[in-house]
Amino acid sequence: MPIAPLTVRYFGDRAPYLLGLVPAAIAVVLALAWQDVSAGETFGYSLAWIPGLDIAASWYLDGLTLTFALLVLGMGVLVLIYSRAYMAGEKDNGKFYAFLFLFMASMLGLALSDNIITMFIFWELTSISSYLLIGHKNTYESSRDSALQALIVTGAGGLALLAGLVALAIAAGTWEISEILQRVEVIYESPLAIPALILIAVGAFTKSAQAPFHFWLPNAMSAPTPVSAYLHSATMVKAGIFLLARLHPALNELWLWTPLLTTVGGVTMLGAAWQATREKDLKRILAYSTVSSLGTMVFLLGLGHDSAVKAAVTLMLAHAFYKGALFMIAGGLDRQTGTRDISRLGGLRRAMPFTAATAALAAVSMAGLPPFFGYLGKETFFAATLSAGSLVVLLSLAAVVVSVLHFVVVGLVIFRPFTGSSTYEAKAPTDGPFTLWGPPMLLALLGLGVGIASPWIGSQTVGPAVNAIAGATVKSKLELWPGFGMVLLLSSLTFGLGAIAYKLQPNFHRVHLGWRFGGDSVFNWIIRSFLRVAVRLTMLIQNGQLSRYISIVVLFGTVLIFSAMFTGAAFRWPGETIVIRFHEVVIAGSVLVASVMAALTNSRLRAVAALGASGFGISTLFVFYGAPDLGMTQILVETLTVILLVSVFRFLPTTGTETSNRVHWRDAMVALAGGAAISVIALSAVATKPVDSITEFFRANSKSEANGLNVVNTILVDFRALDTFGEIAVLAAAAIGVIALLRLKPSKKGPQ
Amino acid sequence: MTTARLLIPLLLLFAVFLLARGHDAPGGGFIAGLVVATAIALHALAFDIKSARALVRVHPRILVGTGLLISLVSALPGYVAGSPLMTGVWVELSIGSGGVKLGTPLLFDLGVFLVVTGMVMISILWLAEEEGA
Repeated sequence: MPIAPLTVRYFGDRAPYLLGLVPAAIAVVLALAWQDVSAGETFGYSLAWIPGLDIAASWYLDGLTLTFALLVLGMGVLVLIYSRAYMAGEKDNGKFYAFLFLFMASMLGLALSDNIITMFIFWELTSISSYLLIGHKNTYESSRDSALQALIVTGAGGLALLAGLVALAIAAGTWEISEILQRVEVIYESPLAIPALILIAVGAFTKSAQAPFHFWLPNAMSAPTPVSAYLHSATMVKAGIFLLARLHPALNELWLWTPLLTTVGGVTMLGAAWQATREKDLKRILAYSTVSSLGTMVFLLGLGHDSAVKAAVTLMLAHAFYKGALFMIAGGLDRQTGTRDISRLGGLRRAMPFTAATAALAAVSMAGLPPFFGYLGKETFFAATLSAGSLVVLLSLAAVVVSVLHFVVVGLVIFRPFTGSSTYEAKAPTDGPFTLWGPPMLLALLGLGVGIASPWIGSQTVGPAVNAIAGATVKSKLELWPGFGMVLLLSSLTFGLGAIAYKLQPNFHRVHLGWRFGGDSVFNWIIRSFLRVAVRLTMLIQNGQLSRYISIVVLFGTVLIFSAMFTGAAFRWPGETIVIRFHEVVIAGSVLVASVMAALTNSRLRAVAALGASGFGISTLFVFYGAPDLGMTQILVETLTVILLVSVFRFLPTTGTETSNRVHWRDAMVALAGGAAISVIALSAVATKPVDSITEFFRANSKSEANGLNVVNTILVDFRALDTFGEIAVLAAAAIGVIALLRLKPSKKGPQ
Repeated sequence: MTTARLLIPLLLLFAVFLLARGHDAPGGGFIAGLVVATAIALHALAFDIKSARALVRVHPRILVGTGLLISLVSALPGYVAGSPLMTGVWVELSIGSGGVKLGTPLLFDLGVFLVVTGMVMISILWLAEEEGA
């Protein structure tokens, strides 16, 4: 991943070819397992990661994970090649490819993880890389807003998912998905099963843009088109579907599974399909139709019987082919003509013949005409609703309506820009370089090839994946010609109604259902309210007055100490007499005098000097008590503090007495209380003999274990080196903070 | 100014001494870092900030980053040798009569030293610079 920017630096626009070799190589390696996996074998590999928490980096390969992984990698290669043309000449391409690879790796990890926690981490990583990619054009406010919105929605869903996954793991008593799927009976008896299902479903719904969380996906279209085609159509948005499919054997017989998934999926597929026919921006049309297809997949998984699962997998693959291709075409149109508004495009067939041909191939697949892959998707969809039992009429009706609306979308995408009279603003649009239309063309042709080779595909990919989802071996044949029957009837009905609906589409905007399939406004309202509350809360507790912060901290500390000391009866007077030596009195005395002076003086310089003096006194005490390291550190810190304070004096107002007497007294009380609390602790500490001091351990072992004589230092750099490392990391973070803060200050030289 | 001229090299030398002997006697990376930072602050007070900044050729934030990296790298040899991460690995070099101990904890301490130096430099020099401008 970090190599990508370097590759871009050295190879310029040709970098994607080189980078594309990586996913291609992985795909080939995985494909070697294809034969065995489709024969029903599974592979697992586990690496201890955090053994203390029982979290392993374990991987699992079966029909479903292999199919999904190959989808991620194969699309990845095509998208990289496509990016070569689409992103040519853009800024920050190195960053772009780095993020794209981050995404690809996370997605692959998500697909292949067997451990529930590992999978969740990859899940979140895909959200983050999606955020970075949507916001790639970070100079546009709309890009940044959309990216943030997507991150908040999927991130919130991620939290629900984490809770759900943990609940599921507790219910099943294992963190490995492959084992969870074996323990269905245990899960069903657990009271955690239903909450787990709900939470996991919320996570999956946010990720896969199901209503009412779908609104981020159309907005995410401000990402560069390769990202839309890859993340927001072919792969990432299918992660939710993938997860539901993966956990299908464990959860699908819970009573809530079918009503929840079919309702949400059904509403999403209908609402989004309707909205898709009303949009003008090519990418938004495709985005809504994607949401609709995702809804269909959720719906099918919700139905849960074997033919529905088969339909879901078929649709998932078919959709990746045609929608990926359509997105790339939309990007190509945008790049070559300067607009994606279908009302301003027309007659491009002649100017961009290859693009038009590709669009036609992909669109026909989406419309569900034989012998394309999309046809199989729709056919299995109908077959699934027809075998739905009691609700067969309702569900089949919904399936027909969705298919008809998709048919209209196809019309919008293919007929509007490419046929009719030539209307476009760019002077002479062309197909552009091969890499701009080659990848979508390949995808569309694959869609055709797969359709023709469907019997083979059925047994080689869909079949094994379906078996993995269903948790049993099911017959999943894909056929182009199922014979005369209800399915064929519904298909023909769809084409007829679709053609009519397309003719009527210009009038669609007059139909008001009294409800926009949105969600943006609710989201914005929530975010605004959050911000308002946050502002009020911040004003309340952080008013910017340093003295108030210190008072609050000291007061809270004092209260805590006193309550712990006296309720827990931890306070003790030192029993034995403490021998006080002369030099101690002298040092303590001077510390005391210096402190009092610091508190009373009106001059800042004097206050700082006095504070320094008291600090030096304390350092001297450390030295006497056998802690030279501590003493030395203290002296240096005191010195630096004085220097720091003196150097910021210039910025302070010259008088220091703007506070009233009352405030002075209040502060004095707070200070005295804090001092009393510390004294109480000190006295108790003297009185309490620590049980078997750990000091002895360090003293005894510092030479033998850490090869050093300075106990303090061996603790710092050897025994507790991890702590020290954490501390210097914090220090480094603080340094970044300081730099940022000082940069923010309007300097006299003007903004930096 | 004369005092500063004399003191600063001494302070820097002292810091190196502290760093090197830290494992067996009072000293160590943290303290050594503070000493260096003090020396630089002294330079800034006696002369000016620009030349104080020039004492260290690189930007302090690079010190912080490098230090962090060195500390991280020092954790690895132990791991490679088959022990848990961050286990100390020592090499004893005998030069003449005395011996020098070199080990990953020293490397770790060097990292701490750089981070501390860089961090304090950033704070002091930036603050002082605001004043100068």
